[in-house]
Amino acid sequence: MNSHKNIINIALVGNPNSGKSTLFNSLTGLTQKTGNYAGVTVEKHQGKFEYKGTTFEVTDLPGTYSLFPKSLDEEVACKTILNSSNDKLDVIVIVADATNLKRHLLLATQLIDLKIPCVLALNMIDEAEKQNITIYKNDLENLLGIGVVFVNSRKKIGLEELKAEIVNAKISDSIFYNFEKQLKLFPNLKTYRELVDKQFTSNEVESIQIKQFEKEDNISRFYKLNYIIAKCLKKPEQLNKSITQKLDSFFTHKFFGFLFFFLILFIVFQFVFFVADAPMNWIDEAFASFMNFTSNALPKGELNDLLVNGILAGISGIVIFVPQIALLFFLISVLEDTGYMARASFILDKIMQKFGLNGKSVIPMISSVACAIPSIMSTRTISNWKTRIITILVTPLISCSARLPVYTLIISIMFKDEHMIYGFNYKGIVLMGMYLLGFAAAFLAAFVLKFILKTNEKNYFIMELPVYRMPQWQTIGMLVFKKVKLFLFNAGKIILAISVVLWFLTSHAPSNVFNQLEEKAIVLNTPEDELNAQKLEHSYAGIFGKKIEPLIKPIGFDWKIGISLITSFAAREVFVGTMATIYSSGDSENTETLREKLSSEKDVNTNLPVYTSAVCWSLLVFYAFAMQCMSTLATTYSETKHWKWPFIQLVFMSVLAYGSSFIVFTILQK
Amino acid sequence: MTLDQLKLGQTAVVQEFTDDFLSLKFIEMGCLPGEIVKVVNIAPMQDPIAIEVSGYVLSLRKQEASTVVITLLNDVVLNKTN
Repeated sequence: MNSHKNIINIALVGNPNSGKSTLFNSLTGLTQKTGNYAGVTVEKHQGKFEYKGTTFEVTDLPGTYSLFPKSLDEEVACKTILNSSNDKLDVIVIVADATNLKRHLLLATQLIDLKIPCVLALNMIDEAEKQNITIYKNDLENLLGIGVVFVNSRKKIGLEELKAEIVNAKISDSIFYNFEKQLKLFPNLKTYRELVDKQFTSNEVESIQIKQFEKEDNISRFYKLNYIIAKCLKKPEQLNKSITQKLDSFFTHKFFGFLFFFLILFIVFQFVFFVADAPMNWIDEAFASFMNFTSNALPKGELNDLLVNGILAGISGIVIFVPQIALLFFLISVLEDTGYMARASFILDKIMQKFGLNGKSVIPMISSVACAIPSIMSTRTISNWKTRIITILVTPLISCSARLPVYTLIISIMFKDEHMIYGFNYKGIVLMGMYLLGFAAAFLAAFVLKFILKTNEKNYFIMELPVYRMPQWQTIGMLVFKKVKLFLFNAGKIILAISVVLWFLTSHAPSNVFNQLEEKAIVLNTPEDELNAQKLEHSYAGIFGKKIEPLIKPIGFDWKIGISLITSFAAREVFVGTMATIYSSGDSENTETLREKLSSEKDVNTNLPVYTSAVCWSLLVFYAFAMQCMSTLATTYSETKHWKWPFIQLVFMSVLAYGSSFIVFTILQK
Repeated sequence: MTLDQLKLGQTAVVQEFTDDFLSLKFIEMGCLPGEIVKVVNIAPMQDPIAIEVSGYVLSLRKQEASTVVITLLNDVVLNKTN
């Protein structure tokens, strides 16, 4: 290796569950940066460390089982290894689980055959010792032709030795691939690396040949590994029934397994719904007082208004999601890290598979009862692309907490508290019905999308059930921090931009209409809330709301609802605030006045009540299904890296909302 | 006989695969011809199943297991004695 260079680039490569991320954290600590690989949503983790005056730039590649990828994550890992010319990637650190050496060494032998300097880090060496597994390091080094280091990345043992080995890393003399077979199939390909490269550019015939080679080559690798393992590893004949097996019989039990799963769901629900509530209120209040302060401290005018009601309001609307995102990711990481998530997938796969979803879709879908944004972000744990896209697309159909104020207002127009049926309050029943409607719609949509979405990726469930481990708090903390940062800077940008546009639409009007209204108000001594209502009516948003009236008439909405539809694109609960402004019922916190005004609202021409039960049901159904949330769309974009998906989401949900409202309104109108 | 027909606790030897794509996946997961597999768990709704292979536990759907041709380990022993 080029030892006089000041910067050495290393990559951590290994199977999933090899403890790669923990090793990466132990090596790089707080120097980490997270981004995405170009064009895909596979996360790219980079960091660095210093050793004897040399800087080591570390990239933690996604876990892969071989150099012949079977999923998007694996493809990214393989391409990154192959595309890096030698001066971009100096050393590969192969991370392998010492307790499951044979399978982990398959990838190691493939990497060695690429003729890049490698070091083998045998991770979880403490667990191997506990299982009375003895590994003869020197023999393994000789047979593989590379340096081998025993590492316990959880306790940070062996890191200095690993660093020293990285400095001395060399290209192995050993060859593991079946070169005779390769020569026969591809006489033109001189090296194994060229063959691995070939899989990404091959035509149909070549691709079949490569698969044939892959199969025979891997089988012959395992035969060689059988020899290596026999030489270098000693383990007891009979393993005791491990803790993992005992735990499995509980977590996958047909009664207790499901019971425990529902308990987990309950805890997740409590966290994102109630525990997150307090910090969200603090953020809300802190921003409100800061906006108030800024508004008073700076000179009045356009710029002040933009800063306070456009930009600060936008930032507040972004930061408010942080508690939910952090809490949800904390819980999901614990479930992943301990190995429980794989068991949840195991017991739920049969049901979820029917809807094009899998066990890992359940947690995102339940969390979206609180908010779709952290849910969509958490779908990254779903490795199958199609399943992940379906989960992302249908998740916003589940009624989130922002719909609650809208539901509450509309339901309270229709039903009084004293409306009871069999001792149950009508309001409560309808509200519960709305939540059930959301779940039903999400599963139905998933079922339909399963047949529509086409993918080249094979849908299979051949998955390792990892052993149970204690969660790594440091690794989890780092992950939560990185997720929050990713949200603030990716989706955040888009949310801020749309928020400023919405501010402009509601606070500006063509020519000087606002001035005329203000002058008139002074003459007539109009109260301020009425003036605000008039301003909103004549603003661009108001004009737009009136323009779309013909479009929303068939579902029973007037221009006033039209304006609220536009403003509540910022967040659904804004609907209530906008309605309060339009009906100049003053304080938007006090919905009782608004409810009364809406209930007594009469049509100017017919003098009949506007908010009939047909209109109310139509509104309820509309808000249950419509994609009335810019933040969700921004998150869908930043999680899929393609505008196509938020667009499809917006269109299909709008069509569903409009269609359902139309049917409901038409039937009830009669 | 195929892997999906194995009962809980039964042990068998992998013979061959009937699906090209899945065979590649099985092999890189260390489940290759000659390996001994044991069914260690079956999900509450009878699908998927979990097998012990090459020193760890692998879960797979019955439909995927049906592409793995196996010989029950008892049969192997019987054939040898014949």
